[in-house]
Amino acid sequence: MAVTHPAEVAAPDAARVRRPSRLLRNIPAKIASIPMVLIALVIFVGCTAWTVFYSFTKSGMLPRLQFVGLDQYDRLWSTPKWWTSIENLAIYGVLSMILTMALGFFLATLLDRKVRGEDVFRTIFLYPFALSFIVTGLAWQWILNPEFGIQAVVRSLGWEGFSFDPLHSRELVIYGILIAGIWQGTGLVMCIMLAGLRGIDEDIWKAARVDGIPTWKTYTHVVIPMMRPVFVTTLVLVASGVIKLYDLVKAQTDGGPGGASEVPAKYVMDSMFGAQNLGQGFAASTMMLLSVVIILIPWAYLEFGGKKRG
Amino acid sequence: MKLTHSLLGATALCAMTATAAHAVDLEVTHWWTSGGEANAVSKLADAWNATGNKWIDGAIAGGGDTARPIMISRILGGDPMDAFQFNHGRQAEELIQAGLLLDLTDVAEANHWKDIVQPSSLLDACTYEGKIYCAPINIHSWQWMWLNNKVYEDLGLPVPTNWNEFVDTADEVAAAGKIPLAMGGQPWQQAGAFNVLATAIAGQDAYLAVNRDKDESVAGGPEFAKVFEAAAQARELSQGSNVQDWNQATNMVITGDAAAQIMGDWAQGEFALAGKTAGTDYTCLPGLGLNAILDAGGDAFYFPAQDDPETTAAQKELAALLLQPETQVAFNAAKGSLPIRGDVDMGTVNDCTKKGLELLASGNVMPAGTTLLSPDTNQQVNDLLTEFWASDMAPADAQARYAEIIASAD
Repeated sequence: MAVTHPAEVAAPDAARVRRPSRLLRNIPAKIASIPMVLIALVIFVGCTAWTVFYSFTKSGMLPRLQFVGLDQYDRLWSTPKWWTSIENLAIYGVLSMILTMALGFFLATLLDRKVRGEDVFRTIFLYPFALSFIVTGLAWQWILNPEFGIQAVVRSLGWEGFSFDPLHSRELVIYGILIAGIWQGTGLVMCIMLAGLRGIDEDIWKAARVDGIPTWKTYTHVVIPMMRPVFVTTLVLVASGVIKLYDLVKAQTDGGPGGASEVPAKYVMDSMFGAQNLGQGFAASTMMLLSVVIILIPWAYLEFGGKKRG
Repeated sequence: MKLTHSLLGATALCAMTATAAHAVDLEVTHWWTSGGEANAVSKLADAWNATGNKWIDGAIAGGGDTARPIMISRILGGDPMDAFQFNHGRQAEELIQAGLLLDLTDVAEANHWKDIVQPSSLLDACTYEGKIYCAPINIHSWQWMWLNNKVYEDLGLPVPTNWNEFVDTADEVAAAGKIPLAMGGQPWQQAGAFNVLATAIAGQDAYLAVNRDKDESVAGGPEFAKVFEAAAQARELSQGSNVQDWNQATNMVITGDAAAQIMGDWAQGEFALAGKTAGTDYTCLPGLGLNAILDAGGDAFYFPAQDDPETTAAQKELAALLLQPETQVAFNAAKGSLPIRGDVDMGTVNDCTKKGLELLASGNVMPAGTTLLSPDTNQQVNDLLTEFWASDMAPADAQARYAEIIASAD
C-alpha cells in the first residue's frame, strides 16, 4: 500500500521506501485529530491572522476594508491611556508572578510538613480560586472601601489616624488590584506546588536527613531545583492570566480613578465596543499578541522543546 | 395616578381592538437602573403589558458605557434583543448602515411623527438617508446644576444663583465639612460636567465651533482656556466625593453631604423619588445660571431587524406606543425628563421641569454632544477628562491634548 502512495514514489531516498510512511502510520488517530487540527487552524491561526489583517484598516463598529497602513499603531503608541495600560500590566505582572509563586510555594511547604488538618487548609486556600474575577473584584472593592472596609475596621479599633485607601489613589490603585489578584490566584499555585512537592521521592528526604542537611536548605538546594518543571508550568499559567487581566479591573475600579488602573485588555474592549473603533482595538490586541509571542515562545521552546532532543 | 391608570386602560383597549394580534414577548434592553429610572421604565412596561403583550426587561446596570458594548456585541453576534435604548445620534450609525435595524418609516408616517415630535432635531437624529430608525422617547439635557437648599440655609447663606456665586461660597461650605461639588468617578460624568461648563462659560458658539465644526483653534483658544480653569476649580471643589455612579453623587446632594452636583435633568427623578420639592428642598440652575441653554439630547428606542414577521409587527406596535401621549406623560413624569411632543399636558409640573419646558418652547436649544461627536472621539475626550479630573494635570496641558483630539476628530 505504502509503495503506491504518491508521496513515497516522489521520495528521493530509496532506502526509506521499505519503511511504512510516517504520514500513514496510525491513520485512524490522524483522521480523528483532523477536526482538532482544523479548529486550531481556522479559529486560532485564521482568526488571529484576520485580526492582524484588519488592524491595518480603518474599521469602525464593523470591519471595513479601507487600508490606512500603520495609522492605528501610530495612534495607539501616542495614546497616554495605552502607555498607562502597559505600565500597569508590567507592575501587576511582575509583582503578581513573584508574589503568587513565593506565597504559593511557602504555603505549599507549610502544608507539606504534614500538618494536622491539611485538607481544611488546602480547601480554605483554594477557595478564592473558585470565585470569578468579577466576584473577587467586587468583594475587594468593598474590603478596600475606606468607609466600610479595612480602614473603617482599624479606625473603629482605636487607630483614628489610620488611612488605607488604595482604590482612590492614582499611584496605589494598581496595588489594590494586585492584592485582590494575589488573594485569588495563590491557592491554585499552592496546589500545583504541593503536587510537585509530593512528587519528590521520600528517599531524597531520607538522604538529606542522613547527611544532616537542615530542612530549609534541603528545600532551597535540592527540592526547588528538582521542581523546575513545576515552576515553569505555574509561571506560564500565571503569566497567561496576567496578560488577559480584564474582569478584575472592570469589577474593582473600572479603570479608575481617572484611568489610572487601565490595562491593555480593557483598552481593547473599550476601543472595540465603547469607541466603536475596531481598527484601534485590533491594533492593541495585535500588540498584546506580539508581546506574548516575544516573551513566551522562545522561552517555552527552550524549556519544553529542548528536552525532546536532549 | 388613577387618571394615568384609566388612560392606560383606554389605550390598551384601543390597541387591542385595533390590532387584535397575538401576545408577543419583546425583550427590551436599557440601562435605566437607578431608582427614578427603574420607576420610569416600569411605566413603559405597564403600558406595553396592558396591550396584552409582554415586556421582558433586560436592564443592564452600570450606565451606557457598560451597556452599549453588551448591546452592540449581542446585535453583531446574531442574538439581538427586540428593542434597545440608545442615546440619539451617531451611536447607531453603523448598525443602520449594516442593515441590522428595523426601518420604522411606515410607523412614523402612520402616526405623523414629523408633525408631533418637538424639537424636530430629535427625529432628524433618528433619520438616516431619509428613513427613520428610532422612536425618540424623551428629551434630556445636561446643562443643569442641582443644589441642596438646606446646606446653604444652615450656613446662613443665600442659595447661589449661578456658577460664580457657587464658587465664591464654596469655601464656607467646605469649612462646614460638606463637599461643595459631588462628582461620580465615571468618565462620562466628568466629561459631561466639563461640557456643561463649556456651554456656560465659553458660550454656545464656541461650544459648537469645537464639537460640531471640530475647530481646534477654538479648542486651544482663550475661551476654552477659561473653561479648563473652571474645570480645575471644580476639580478642587469635588475633592472627597469618592463615589462612582451618578445617582450616588446625586444622593450626596439629597442627603446634604454635598452642596451641589452638575448633572443632567435625569437627576430630578432621584430628587422626586426621595420626596423632595423643587424650589424649597432643592434648586436647579439651567446652564449653571450663566447661559441658560439646553442641549436636546435624550433617549430613543431602536429595534433590531428580526426574521419573525409577528415580532416585527409587535416591534412596530411598541414603537407607536412609546410616542402615545399617555405613555409620554407617565414615563417622563417619573423620569424627570421632558416629553418629545409639544402637544401633551404634563399636568402640574414642578419648578425645574417648568424651566426646562420654557427654555424648550423659547428655542434655547442646541444639538447634544452625542449627536455631534463620533463615539470614538467621545471616548478619547472622556479618557482625557477623567484623567484630568482625577489627577493634578495642569489645565493648559489638558487643553493642549483636548485640541489635539478635536483636530483629529472624524
